[in-house]
Amino acid sequence: MSALADLSAGDLREKFRRGETSPTEVIRALFERIEAEDERLHAYLFLDRDAALAEAARWDGAVRGGDAPPLAGIPVALKDNICTRHSPTTCGSRILAGFRSPYEATVVTRLRGAGAIIVGKANCDEFAMGSSTENSAFGPTRNPWDETRVPGGTSGGPTAAVAAGEATLALGSDTGGSIRQPAAFCGVVGMKPTYGRVSRYGLVAFASSLDQIGPIARSVRDAALLLEAIAGRDPADSTSADVEVPAYADRLTTSLRGLRLGIVKEFFAEGLDAGVAGAVREAIETCRALGAACEEVSLPHASYALPAYYIIAPAEASSNLARYAGVQYGYRTRDAADLVTLYSRTRREGFGAEVKRRIMLGTYALSAGYYEAFYLRALRVRTRIRQDFEAAFARFDALVGPVTPTTAFRLGEKVDDPLQMYLSDVYTVPLNLAGLPGISVPCGFVGGLPVGLQVVGRAFDEQTILNVAHAFEQATEFHTRRPPRGRAARGAPAAKAP
Amino acid sequence: MSRVDAGVRHETVIGLEVHVQLNTASKMFCGCAVAFGGAPNTRTCPVCLGLPGSLPVLNRRAVDLGIRTALALGCRINPVSQFHRKNYYYPDLPKNYQISQYEYKDHPPLASGGLLRVSSGNEVVEIGIRRVHLEEDTGKLVHAEGRSLVDYNRCGTPLMEVVSEPDLHSPEEARLFLIHLRAVLQFAEVTSGRLEEGTLRCDANLSLRPAGGPHGTRTEIKNMNSLRSVERALRFEEARQRQALERGEEVVQETRHWDEDREVTFASREKEEAQDYRYFPEPDLAPLQIDAAWVDRIRAGLPELPEARRRRFVEAFGIPAHDAELLTATRAMAEFFEETARRFPKPKIISNWLIGDVAAYLNAAGREIEEIPVRPEHLAGLLVLVDTGKISGRSAKEVLEDMLRTGRPADAIVQERGLVQISDEAMLAAVVQEVIVEHPGPVGDVRAGKDQAVTFLVGQVMKKTRGRANPAMVNRLVRERLGVG
Amino acid sequence: MIDDRTVARVARLSRLELSPEERDRFRHQLGDILAYVQRLNALDLGDAPPTARPRPAANVLREDEVRPCLSQEEALANAPVVENGYVVVPPVIIEEPSE
Repeated sequence: MSALADLSAGDLREKFRRGETSPTEVIRALFERIEAEDERLHAYLFLDRDAALAEAARWDGAVRGGDAPPLAGIPVALKDNICTRHSPTTCGSRILAGFRSPYEATVVTRLRGAGAIIVGKANCDEFAMGSSTENSAFGPTRNPWDETRVPGGTSGGPTAAVAAGEATLALGSDTGGSIRQPAAFCGVVGMKPTYGRVSRYGLVAFASSLDQIGPIARSVRDAALLLEAIAGRDPADSTSADVEVPAYADRLTTSLRGLRLGIVKEFFAEGLDAGVAGAVREAIETCRALGAACEEVSLPHASYALPAYYIIAPAEASSNLARYAGVQYGYRTRDAADLVTLYSRTRREGFGAEVKRRIMLGTYALSAGYYEAFYLRALRVRTRIRQDFEAAFARFDALVGPVTPTTAFRLGEKVDDPLQMYLSDVYTVPLNLAGLPGISVPCGFVGGLPVGLQVVGRAFDEQTILNVAHAFEQATEFHTRRPPRGRAARGAPAAKAP
Repeated sequence: MSRVDAGVRHETVIGLEVHVQLNTASKMFCGCAVAFGGAPNTRTCPVCLGLPGSLPVLNRRAVDLGIRTALALGCRINPVSQFHRKNYYYPDLPKNYQISQYEYKDHPPLASGGLLRVSSGNEVVEIGIRRVHLEEDTGKLVHAEGRSLVDYNRCGTPLMEVVSEPDLHSPEEARLFLIHLRAVLQFAEVTSGRLEEGTLRCDANLSLRPAGGPHGTRTEIKNMNSLRSVERALRFEEARQRQALERGEEVVQETRHWDEDREVTFASREKEEAQDYRYFPEPDLAPLQIDAAWVDRIRAGLPELPEARRRRFVEAFGIPAHDAELLTATRAMAEFFEETARRFPKPKIISNWLIGDVAAYLNAAGREIEEIPVRPEHLAGLLVLVDTGKISGRSAKEVLEDMLRTGRPADAIVQERGLVQISDEAMLAAVVQEVIVEHPGPVGDVRAGKDQAVTFLVGQVMKKTRGRANPAMVNRLVRERLGVG
Repeated sequence: MIDDRTVARVARLSRLELSPEERDRFRHQLGDILAYVQRLNALDLGDAPPTARPRPAANVLREDEVRPCLSQEEALANAPVVENGYVVVPPVIIEEPSE
């Protein structure tokens, strides 16, 4: 029998109902797991065991009824760029060390309304900029499958926590792949919803037209449950969509009969690791066996997505991060005699190199004389990318391909080469530009390291990509594998959970 | 209105940028109250503070008021407009960007291409309105020794910017434009529009150009906090630029601050390099699509504007056009007039008092008519007293002055100060008789045809009655008594 | 591809103080990145309009209603330096006239 910390939300909910366990017991078990693993993994930046236990106690009785809210008593980790009231929100940055938001993000309110227990705030690349969680000012998180490797980023903390059983569910954020890529590296399910599906109110902004909060879980059904709890229009977010939230989990199906899947040709070009390509192609065959009609499709402007992204995202970020200047909150440099020094030295001391790089890149792209050549041009490329997807979705119900070009790389491997780091996002970024939903589901192992299959859907058709992922998952066993606990041999394939 | 100097003729070219605080209940992008005063940082929320993770949501009424303004100024309302971010660092700007509307190629602002008719002396000048757009206000800075203090209460207050074409050609014209614009905005119930309170703020651009020649370099002038300072500042700047040109110097393009105390404009050193605001479309807000139906709804609810009210005053009340102009300088004044006219049936008399004694008091005291304790019913009460002869016109001026100072009604003041005019004919006749007896010389002059002597005799009666006799009645009695017309 | 003066100007616009070593490193790194994104120039974009926002929405408005706000304490809780309810910053100088 699996340890409590490794069960799915659905299973826990069933056990609660039957009185076999309680939220308090689960939180206790979870914190034991955290104690055992987190010194090594460093997934969490902030934990409050007493608060979590107090919250759990509130739900102990209610969950036995069977009519408790959908996530009652379920432990959830939050990426540390999501504002909470009773814990700090640092965004992995020194410039917000100790910052306590006086308000909480809408998703947090919804989670608490659904009965979830917020376990803690999890590590991330500073201000969600990076692809490995190595840009956190508070040290990197390690991949539970191999602690010499990165968990991916920027949602490395919450993803590693879920993979290692340090949380049942987690919320991350995805601007260019920051949920999907770590999900692929850590062998769990991670989803970026359609832009506007989930409220951004309380998500510390990186790139406003690209950011979305999304679920991270060990099964597709769990991800669906979590998405249901947080999705839906929020009057506090003008970009959130007034589109009905279906009962995603209830409507999951295991048959792909009649579904048309497009295999994105450009995602299998040069740069894709052979092992990863093999695993993904096998996964596509499995989908075919499940009844899907699979055919190649082209997104002709796909190779321009990454350069466009690395203009648009930094441009918006340069504006979104201007507020961190030592005036009203966060870190302030000492002894600044004038304003310009206050701002410039605070930001020099408070920001890491990647953030500085992107701020400068973004400022440059927006500055007089360059706006049209860079920013405006990138927005026009974005139109072409959007049109490519529209054309593809005229013939297909969902698109498939790899999530990342490689499996998890080693800590320190790409840290000194920004451009190399950026290339990890090559298959994920196009969806953010087009605002479309995408999910990463475990589809194999190469050298003992997880590989993810990416499924892309039409706007607000999360159901279809959840179905594809769910059907695939249920037809395979990858999702049952757990990373080694404690100091395991590097890269050795883990045994299946008993 | 160009100036002519010995030598080169230079024409003054002025454009105004007017920031108007809209009278909504809540702020532009959040539900914090729009109000004045109060302890610092007590009317803020995550949105107007620009806390991490906060997002703006647009106030519908601010858009309605913007449309209403556009209609009142005869502008074209652009069917699609969007918001932009204006990026710069300043402590009163929490996000270090301001959400505004930028005018750029395919990005028109809320409204453009309007007109304001300004009466200047006997002429009517048409001043173009280049654009009307919406933006959020900044916080307030208080300067102290060795530090500055920031109050974010005002952050996010809805602002509308009205930009004129550079069609103004003198500082006086600029002042008149502001008066007219303010009246339109007040009448349209879009703002309370008080320069001194800051609900109306004005920056100016001024340049000189040789008549018929190319446009000169312009400077931007800021920190003009009253109508008077606008005119004075522009006069100073106009002279400064003229002097520079006459000396053969170039005018530097820069921002200059008006110093009210020293009465000069000076260049602000803080902006060393030209500001690069890096405008880009605001991704957190959806664009505005204003269709004909929306505009029609606003048009249907448009209050009576100054021009229409002026016409009505002339036609319905028989007020001369010039007086109607003065009565509609502010909405409060126009309302005051009409309210008084409801209670006292002689509008011309009301008008004279309002644009005479009352206006003089307001100007001297630096107050607005809606602030004084004298209300329409009080003025009407006073005018009734004069009209029925109960007090003399001269006494009435004294009474009004007291009313303005103390807020007490006319009746009480008249009683207390014993100003009731004596109109008792019998009693006055007796005094007249006394005076005639005491001054045989002047009496003789009257009978000899010297009319001024009547005035002398009336004056003596007034002296005896300590100024309280009804002068018209005394005059008549004297003449009757002496048998002259 | 990007010169030192440009890096200095951009750093100033971004309010980032950089050491000479950082300036040099960023100049190289930014140069590389800019060279990479320049490949967009090869594209013939025809008449493609810019997409600033992924979703075609319009007129997202709220009613003009006053909602509860933060207390002064809450508003200032994270401020580094506070005085009598104000946030304190170094003095903003508007230079006085010289004559």
